[in-house]
Amino acid sequence: MTIDAILASLFPGGHDVGRADGLLMGSGRMEDGGAVTVIGVIDHTALGVDEALALSAHVLGSGTGPILVLVDSASQRMSKRDELLGLNEFLAHLAKCLVVADLNGRLTVGLLYGRSAAGAFIATALATRVLVALPGAEPTVMDLPSMARVTKLSLETLEAKAKSTPVFAPGLDNLAAMGAVHEMWDPHLPLSAQLATLLARGTDTTDRRGRLGAERAGRPKAAAIAERVHALALEDD
Amino acid sequence: MIDRADMMLPPSWYEASARRRLAALLDPGSFTEFLGPEARETSPHLGIFDLPVQFDDGIIVGKGRLDGSRVLVAAQEGRFMGGAFGEVHGAKLTGILRAARDNPALPVLILFDTGGVRLQEANAGEMAIAEIIRAAVEARLAGAKIIGLIGGRAGCYGGGGIVAACCSALAVTEQGRISVSGPEVIETNRGVEEFDSRDRPLVWRTMGGKHRYLLGSAAAFVEDTPAAFRAKAVELLAAAPGLSLDTLRAEQARLAERLRRFGHAKDAVDIWQALGINDAAALPGLETEDFLALAQKVRAGEVRR
Repeated sequence: MTIDAILASLFPGGHDVGRADGLLMGSGRMEDGGAVTVIGVIDHTALGVDEALALSAHVLGSGTGPILVLVDSASQRMSKRDELLGLNEFLAHLAKCLVVADLNGRLTVGLLYGRSAAGAFIATALATRVLVALPGAEPTVMDLPSMARVTKLSLETLEAKAKSTPVFAPGLDNLAAMGAVHEMWDPHLPLSAQLATLLARGTDTTDRRGRLGAERAGRPKAAAIAERVHALALEDD
Repeated sequence: MIDRADMMLPPSWYEASARRRLAALLDPGSFTEFLGPEARETSPHLGIFDLPVQFDDGIIVGKGRLDGSRVLVAAQEGRFMGGAFGEVHGAKLTGILRAARDNPALPVLILFDTGGVRLQEANAGEMAIAEIIRAAVEARLAGAKIIGLIGGRAGCYGGGGIVAACCSALAVTEQGRISVSGPEVIETNRGVEEFDSRDRPLVWRTMGGKHRYLLGSAAAFVEDTPAAFRAKAVELLAAAPGLSLDTLRAEQARLAERLRRFGHAKDAVDIWQALGINDAAALPGLETEDFLALAQKVRAGEVRR
């Protein structure tokens, strides 16, 4: 689906989502009249310091109501300038704005409809409470040539492993196995209805991705380890 | 006569193992480890690459005392797979942060030493970063303080750099490096003209502790010793800011100001000169005391995150 088709299907009643330099910022009206704040990184745009700052400004200035994060991005922008200026702080700031909004009662929903990777994925889609995806979404952690350079493993080995190993291979199913994707949406049905159903369900703010990862066998140990450490840390000596 | 305790303290944080750092950082004999090596909670994935596992999966978590008061700690071992975040490694830190959320009187000290996500278990490692970030924000909204100490061999890269910037405050040494994309990854993707990963001075100028302190990315710059980190951790625990919409707005303004002032800089030297440091080229060679004296006068906005 194109981004215009997605927005039209999400907000048949109309929206004022602006689109510039690969970023979306604005809001849309639900059928019940409620407003949804919308941000996005689209057209495979890289998320650098300038982009992250613009999106966080929009979130901070957006008042109340749910927040929808639309994602079809590249990775974080890989440049000397972005690192020189402290890209980690800009990405963390965007993630904090989304998580604080969520914990303050503004349900945050990530909609992955295209590609995303690494720091861009962490600061947008993975910083929301509920992540949904459309078929064809293609998240990755890092491109295989870079992985080969960092791990010192050959590209052939990585490509072979990428075909068979959910914990390592790129792709939506593999990430879903980790517990990241809460549900798939159907592009042939109105997205507005699917969003309304999600908003009505009113999930609480607990992070269940570890348990989902165990149920889906992608991350067999994470939830149990976190719970055991949590319990040990709260035992009074 | 050298005091026996001093003989025990490793001279350099950078050279010390994660266990030696913790032993030197916390009050003597006060550390209790959770899921230590005897629990043998190893990575369930490394066998795929026939890679050796480690019984603590490269991170030590537990509780102890710092200057008499109770703290939770997590220390990454940079020499096991570059201190990278795997499934078990990340889950141990997530558990510590969720405990601080539920008992905000317990501050958390994170001794970062990481290349970022452990690429052999990339998807699990990336999820760990996401869960750690959410748990850190939950803990800080509840009032817990999280202090990051950065001075290890593997630096503080990738998802680790993003987690570091979620902390209440950071202390960094000259050897400490913080960024998202590491030098090799930038070079692989954008070519050596964008970033020559073998140019050590460039790496230090762009990602190193002195630059981060001058830029306002770190609240404190310390000598490469456990004693210096210990003293600064005590200080930062008392002074570190909370997290609220107000501090997020202050952070937005601070980062916008940084882009306004330095957004066109081509190199760290341009930023240092814009800060008013005349002999920017001499900065890397300055001893800590001289550097701190200079930095206090010129460094960019205090950290308010």
